[in-house]
Amino acid sequence: MSILLDIKLKKHNKVYCEGSPSDFKHDGIALLLDGTVNLQLSAKNVGIFEAFYNSVKPIHLVTSSIDLAVPGKIPAGVTDIPFEFPLKPRSGRSLYETYHGVFVSIQYHVKAELKRSFLNKDLTKSQEFIVEYKAGLPGLITAKPEPVNFKISPESLQNIKDKAKVPRFLVTGHLDSATCCITRPLTGELIIERCEVPIKSVELQLVRVETCGCAEGYARDATEVQNIQIGEGNVACGLSIPIHMSLKLIL
Amino acid sequence: MPAAATPRTSCEWISRTRDTLQENVKRQIPSEEISDHPLKPLVVTVSETRVVKLRAVGGSTTSSTRSSTPTPTQSSLAYSMDPLGAALEGSDPLSQLASHQKMDPLSAMAAESWVEPVEGKRGIENVTTSAGMDDGIRESWASRKAGILCKFTTSEKLSIVTSFLSGGEKVVVKAQSSVVDKVRTRLEQLDDFEEGSVRQMLDLSQQEYMGRIEQLNSELVQAWHQDQRVKALKIAIQCSKLLVDTSVIQFYPSKFVLITDILDIFGKLVYERLRTKSDYYAPGSKVPTPLPENFTPDMVPESAKETCRNWFYKIASIRELVPRLYVEMAILKSYSFLTSGEFSQGLLRLTRMIRGIGDPLVAVYARCYLCRVGLGINSSDRVYLRENFYDFLSVYNQLFSPSVRLDLSFQKVDLSTYLTLYTPALDYILQSVAYDATEKTLADILDRCKQKGNSALLFNTIMAAFKPAYIAARASQFVDLLTSCDEEGFPKYLLFRTLGLCLTLADPPAEHCLQILNDVWKIVSKLTDPAQYICCAEVWVQYVAKHLSTREVNTFLGDIIKHMSVGRAHESHYASLQTVMERVLSHANDFETLLTMDKFLPMLDIFQKESVKVEVCKSIMSHYTKHYQYQTTNDPVITNALMFICRVMHDSVNALTVDDEKRQIGHLICNFVKRVDFGRDFEQQLSFFVEARASFTNLDVIHAQLVQSVNRLAVDTRCIVKGHHTRKTASFVHACAAYCYITIPSITSVLMRLELYLLSGQVALLNQCLGQADACFKAALSLISDVTKTIEIDGKQKSTEPYIVSYICNFLSTLLIVPDSPEQGVLYLTRGLLNVIQNYNWDPQSTARATVYLHVLDMLSTAAQETYPYHIEMVDSNDVLYGSDPKFIAELNRMCSIIVEEILNHLQYLGKSELFSKQSTLALELFIRIATKADLSRPDLATLALNLWNLSQKHGILDVKFAVRTTEYLKKKLSGLYNDEFYSEFISRLKIKSQMK
Repeated sequence: MSILLDIKLKKHNKVYCEGSPSDFKHDGIALLLDGTVNLQLSAKNVGIFEAFYNSVKPIHLVTSSIDLAVPGKIPAGVTDIPFEFPLKPRSGRSLYETYHGVFVSIQYHVKAELKRSFLNKDLTKSQEFIVEYKAGLPGLITAKPEPVNFKISPESLQNIKDKAKVPRFLVTGHLDSATCCITRPLTGELIIERCEVPIKSVELQLVRVETCGCAEGYARDATEVQNIQIGEGNVACGLSIPIHMSLKLIL
Repeated sequence: MPAAATPRTSCEWISRTRDTLQENVKRQIPSEEISDHPLKPLVVTVSETRVVKLRAVGGSTTSSTRSSTPTPTQSSLAYSMDPLGAALEGSDPLSQLASHQKMDPLSAMAAESWVEPVEGKRGIENVTTSAGMDDGIRESWASRKAGILCKFTTSEKLSIVTSFLSGGEKVVVKAQSSVVDKVRTRLEQLDDFEEGSVRQMLDLSQQEYMGRIEQLNSELVQAWHQDQRVKALKIAIQCSKLLVDTSVIQFYPSKFVLITDILDIFGKLVYERLRTKSDYYAPGSKVPTPLPENFTPDMVPESAKETCRNWFYKIASIRELVPRLYVEMAILKSYSFLTSGEFSQGLLRLTRMIRGIGDPLVAVYARCYLCRVGLGINSSDRVYLRENFYDFLSVYNQLFSPSVRLDLSFQKVDLSTYLTLYTPALDYILQSVAYDATEKTLADILDRCKQKGNSALLFNTIMAAFKPAYIAARASQFVDLLTSCDEEGFPKYLLFRTLGLCLTLADPPAEHCLQILNDVWKIVSKLTDPAQYICCAEVWVQYVAKHLSTREVNTFLGDIIKHMSVGRAHESHYASLQTVMERVLSHANDFETLLTMDKFLPMLDIFQKESVKVEVCKSIMSHYTKHYQYQTTNDPVITNALMFICRVMHDSVNALTVDDEKRQIGHLICNFVKRVDFGRDFEQQLSFFVEARASFTNLDVIHAQLVQSVNRLAVDTRCIVKGHHTRKTASFVHACAAYCYITIPSITSVLMRLELYLLSGQVALLNQCLGQADACFKAALSLISDVTKTIEIDGKQKSTEPYIVSYICNFLSTLLIVPDSPEQGVLYLTRGLLNVIQNYNWDPQSTARATVYLHVLDMLSTAAQETYPYHIEMVDSNDVLYGSDPKFIAELNRMCSIIVEEILNHLQYLGKSELFSKQSTLALELFIRIATKADLSRPDLATLALNLWNLSQKHGILDVKFAVRTTEYLKKKLSGLYNDEFYSEFISRLKIKSQMK
């Protein structure tokens, strides 16, 4: 292998004037890698789980730090400092995929800190990065797409008090799979078999259910992620309407 | 320098007699007999020629040709060998193309079937590549847009809800009720109105509404260019939201056009930005460039793909269905940054998703937009087009559902109007399906449509979409189908109109032609609304004229008259009736039978509005002249009919008529006059001209044409009797001459009158009508002074001087052979002309008068000859009458002297005015006249000539070469005329200025 030594000047015309740019003094640069699981309780549950709430602290999945530079000077201009971290969980923990939820979130950050003399404030910068499982990782359960059929009628509704007031209707359909890859859309079909009154709108709501808990109990909360309309106005009966929802933005 | 004083201003002219005959012989070029016309095409037949090369010892090559040399031989096959001629035989590519274009089913039909015929912009659909098709259909959309915008209008008030326009009232829009918890999701709702910003504009007129939409359009473009891309997206979303609203339903198609225009722009902006912002490294190059126009997905860098995906993710999260669909369709083209296979899936997915739109009208327009966008992408996949149509079919019953009817009655729109709202979108969809489809596709679709109730709308679309040839082949079947369509829904007359359009573009089986018409007309003639009736009739008339005989055309016209006379219905349908006439005319193979039809003139009578009637008459006449370019007619029925038509046109001319109109009408009537020919029945011909003169009194051109025609008649008569008039023919030509003499004064143009007087005089002379000839010439003479100095030609003032000069010259050469009248003095007419010249208001600066005088000299010196160079057969000119009588010659010489004096005066005047160049030219001209035409042996004439020569040389302005050539000419010309001594003396004194120095 031949070795090449090269000097590149930033100015194309290679003309420079007298005077040296001032250096920059610092007391060392450190880099911190941090992966945490944050749990938060919904207001609904605060009464019951207050004691529990107090005990919930961020769970660190990975922490690691490196000193990038010892105290010294940095010349003016752009200084690139390359770094590398091994992405390994702390003992007893395992790494989870990045997730931003309402009550649960799993986030990974790299934080750089530049220390300065006591008169100046330290400079910090934090950057999130995303952890994803590699396909075929041992120990991962790969979900087989299995169609899920559904049938909605006034009888099947659960959160309605007076079922007599609900006009009679029947909606059937299926989801292509109840387990989805996050990069692929949620797909399926829906058929309005019959409906007593003209339909105004058919909407598809994606709800996330998060459960936080420990030995003393757990809290389960449902929040809306996305709501899209798949039928506008008086949709024709007996026609299969596609269900198609992109999940990518939930990430 | 020899004294070159201005010559004396008087001189006695003595004409020299010349031997014209001999001179003429001398002038003749030796002729030789030829057998071929030089322009006849030649075919050179080269017979085998062997060239034997003999190499001599010295190395030089001699070639000798044995056998025959190539001989040009005439061939009767010459024309077929002509490459240009061959190209014209049968397979002329241009006319082929034109006939193909006629067959173009898509745009032509679409344009016509929407009542307003959107002419032009025929696509290039006969190109069979898929790109060609896309271009064609896309272009056809562009031409449709205008049609939609003018057809679907409203006077109802419209409203817009948007947050991007100022004005209007604020509206409180309820925020979307966030479900379950009130926790705000991280997703920003692109399609939610920001609270407080929404304004609703009510009570907008259509014009204001369009203005607002245009404002939104510019707002979007502006936002985009200010890097506010989210705002631009939001505007696009809000625009598409407007398409959900079907209040003021009759305006919906136009609204669709306006809004999809904005979406198109948005889509293009996104696409172009993605393309130009993605750095592409061409293989081997390190400099990033924007992607080329025709990139493939693997050339797109990852960053651009990511941006592109983000656009689609963002759009996928739009909450409402209709905006989500429209915006995705708008940027559909950008899928080409991701993968090439994305389109087919995407198009099919969108096709299915449109099923979610409950309102069938909104859905069909969304499908129309999808098809349009899909065709704009060069994808070979066409499955989605048919899917879209079938999806529409599956919800077709919805169009007649109670909820739709309720809404219609609320909006006070009837069902047939409602159904016509579907035509633009549906036609477009089915036309893209039907493009280069097979007959099987038609059969399939037809079967499916037949199963639906109320399928009139569907049949109409099918007829408009598929190749007319397919429809025509099943014409009888369609007639049955249409007849059985129940009254409810789509207007029946439109159905038959569309069928008619198909059948005029393609021929149904010949044996069914009449049956089809009978079946169709059974229904159409029952239509009571004249507007609907004429709408069908104007299409079907073409069918009748094209496929059936004149008898049926006649019956058809009769039916139209019957229907349109009811309650003066014709008054509001002149345009359609005009089209009917136009079509009958353009298909008429035989004009004679057309004019003899008993319903043709009554049909003309139906046009009671003067201006329209004149237009129709004009079109009849122009078709007639086109058809009968070289044919003539003498049929009294036709002549009478055309006379009537021409009279209508003529009578429309009044003081306010513009010149161009007059010219057109005059031209058409002249053409008619020229076409009437009674052959050898000259008397009748003349009486026709008399009648024509009585009928067409207003237009100069016609009078001029009549005078020309009558003169021609007189000349024809002379030809037949070969100059020997019998008493009968003599009185006939007298009558002709009298006709001309009487007709000319009614022409207003002086110049035209002058020409015609001279011509008529010449013709009269030719026919030995001396008195009439004299009268014409006298009239012309008295008219010359009326000629104005300038005339207007094409809006520019032009001097008439050149014209007058040439006219007088022409006149002079005629006067030479006009015999003097015994009752008048010698050269009575010529003297008259001289008086006119004398008194005419010439421009003193110009030499026009002198030029004329020079020509008078020419004429007079010729008149002094023993025999004149030309004569009219059977007419004795002055040479015979006077036989060179010395008194006559003396008179001529006296006149010449006066004229020379006049010219000399003018020379003096020019000298005083210091117009030396004119002076020297004129002096030379006169010198030549004297030298060649006067007797130089008279010393004073010789002196005068030499003085004139010197005068012409005086200022050295004259071209030396010209002077040299003149002396050369004179040397030849004068040699042998005079004695040698005089000759050499005279010639030697002709010095040219440069030589004199």
